[in-house]
Amino acid sequence: MGKVVVVTSGKGGVGKTTSTAALGAAVARTGKKVALVDFDVGLRNLDLIMGAERRVVFDLVNVIQGTAKLSQALIRDKRVETLFLLPASQTRDKDALTEEGVGEVIDKLRSVFDYVFCDSPAGIERGAQLAMRFADEAVIVTNPEVSSVRDSDRIIGLLDARTVKAERGEQIAKHVLVTRYDAARAARGEMLSIDDVLEILSTPLLGIIPESQDVLRASNLGSPVTLSDPTNSAARAYIEAAKRLEGEELPVVVPFERKGFLDRLFGRRAA
Amino acid sequence: MNLLDLFKRRGSAPVARERLQVLLAYERRSRSQPDLVSILREEIMAVIARHVQIDQDYLQVSMERGETMSTLDIDIQIPNKSARPLAMSA
Repeated sequence: MGKVVVVTSGKGGVGKTTSTAALGAAVARTGKKVALVDFDVGLRNLDLIMGAERRVVFDLVNVIQGTAKLSQALIRDKRVETLFLLPASQTRDKDALTEEGVGEVIDKLRSVFDYVFCDSPAGIERGAQLAMRFADEAVIVTNPEVSSVRDSDRIIGLLDARTVKAERGEQIAKHVLVTRYDAARAARGEMLSIDDVLEILSTPLLGIIPESQDVLRASNLGSPVTLSDPTNSAARAYIEAAKRLEGEELPVVVPFERKGFLDRLFGRRAA
Repeated sequence: MNLLDLFKRRGSAPVARERLQVLLAYERRSRSQPDLVSILREEIMAVIARHVQIDQDYLQVSMERGETMSTLDIDIQIPNKSARPLAMSA
């Protein structure tokens, strides 16, 4: 039985889709069978980030409504043969998803794949709740910024209340993935530090993805950053995060920026 | 801001952290139980409205949520002409 991981955040634009693609590809590279499911019905983008936008024929809504088989809708990645994508529908709205339908699709995926990553839409409405509904684990993507941290806290509350696992009285495993972390700004006390974010959310850390031009470059190319150039700092951080997700005990190293000349001269430091 | 302030200026992150801590402490409480301050506001308003007509223009409600204590201010100006039981005007 595979593991179902929801990638969620509440807030939009923090990097859910990028992180779903990067983590999923990193796990699949190790030979595990991985399915990425886009739940953002009406505003799909995982296909674009994965570079599969021209290969979409059927989607999640077709499978739920029985107009396509799951095997027909799954798109195999051209780079990693154990990596598959189940796109969202672009023309329908979120009401096209039913809880029973989503549950059946997730059950089938779980029986075939080692990992099922559910890319949640932003918000806390129906789409986001269905994406998390059947999850065993959650990756909460958070930027070190007040509105993102607040929304993450809200999502953590929903994960503990509205998932099937939580309703059974079990704990859903939650991990915070801090993205767009700028070590220089954090060192100057201009950005919430990793400790601040973890203390406020009191949820374990999966990884820290540094702000990086390589992430934008990867989406321009339609390739998860962990496949396009696995050696850059963002890709390495995602690969390590993926290993932690698989249970490996790897210490998280907070990206460090040497202080500038002026900072040292005047002893400016983070509080 | 003088030159010294510029060099001594601390980052804004500690302010962000404190604001979040206060806000989330409140939001987490209100998830599990209804917001007491809001209930009080509704009910106090309802009681007053039973006796006097409240003109929204003469009504100020403000709340201040603190870490250890919250305050609710309800400031209602009751013009003398309407300070009579509603039953009589009906």
